[in-house]
Amino acid sequence: MLSGQLVRRLFSMAGRVCLSRSSAGLGTIGPVEAAIRTKLEQALNPEVLELRNESGGHAVPPGSETHFRVAVVSSRFEGLSPLQRHRLVHAALSEELAGPVHALAIQARTPAQWKENPQLDMSPPCLGGNKKTRGTP
Amino acid sequence: SAEQLDALVKKDKVVVFLKGTPEQPQCGFSNAVVQILRLHGVRDYAAYNVLDDPQLRQGIKDYSNWPTIPQVYLDGEFVGGCDILLQMHQNGDLVEELKKLGIRSALLDEKKDQDSK
Repeated sequence: MLSGQLVRRLFSMAGRVCLSRSSAGLGTIGPVEAAIRTKLEQALNPEVLELRNESGGHAVPPGSETHFRVAVVSSRFEGLSPLQRHRLVHAALSEELAGPVHALAIQARTPAQWKENPQLDMSPPCLGGNKKTRGTP
Repeated sequence: SAEQLDALVKKDKVVVFLKGTPEQPQCGFSNAVVQILRLHGVRDYAAYNVLDDPQLRQGIKDYSNWPTIPQVYLDGEFVGGCDILLQMHQNGDLVEELKKLGIRSALLDEKKDQDSK
């Protein structure tokens, strides 16, 4: 479908941006990433948890832990709307979201849904944000 | 204030809070929302740039109880952020929701053209 192609093109542009696949580009996992993983495991008992630090693709210093993408696969999501699922993830990570985490892209799927499309998507490329002021998320 | 935001999200059928403007988004996720609305041919919507107003930026997060921008409201009701809007676009829900608001998605016409060919 035409619109599908357009949306894919929008997101495929992300490939041209320097998006680090490993955390912070150094292969190490920072404290924020570790905390996110632990809290989501405790709160949602996920079958699959894929977490990617995408800070490298945004207008923040190297080594930042501010932008993340997460795919959470849990049977706890059964029967819940996308909004309800996202709110569960937010609740588990309220501390991080009130603190260092500035952006969190969420894929919240049931095991059956994940099986149909088991992949962590790409985020759209950064468009600069607010370069004028450094501020709260 | 909460009352002001309440009035704001109910004033128009489609209301979005973005970083930047529809003409010049300053965030990839906000841009995704703009592009999805554009694909559906939604032209009349209210867009508020949180980068212009720190009070709005924090206020809407408190009001929606949602920690990030962009935020999408349909018919005064909070729908979600970019991920959820994209999901709705991909699974056809967005076309249905727009229909309920009396907005005919441009994608329906596109499909009609394709079918008739």
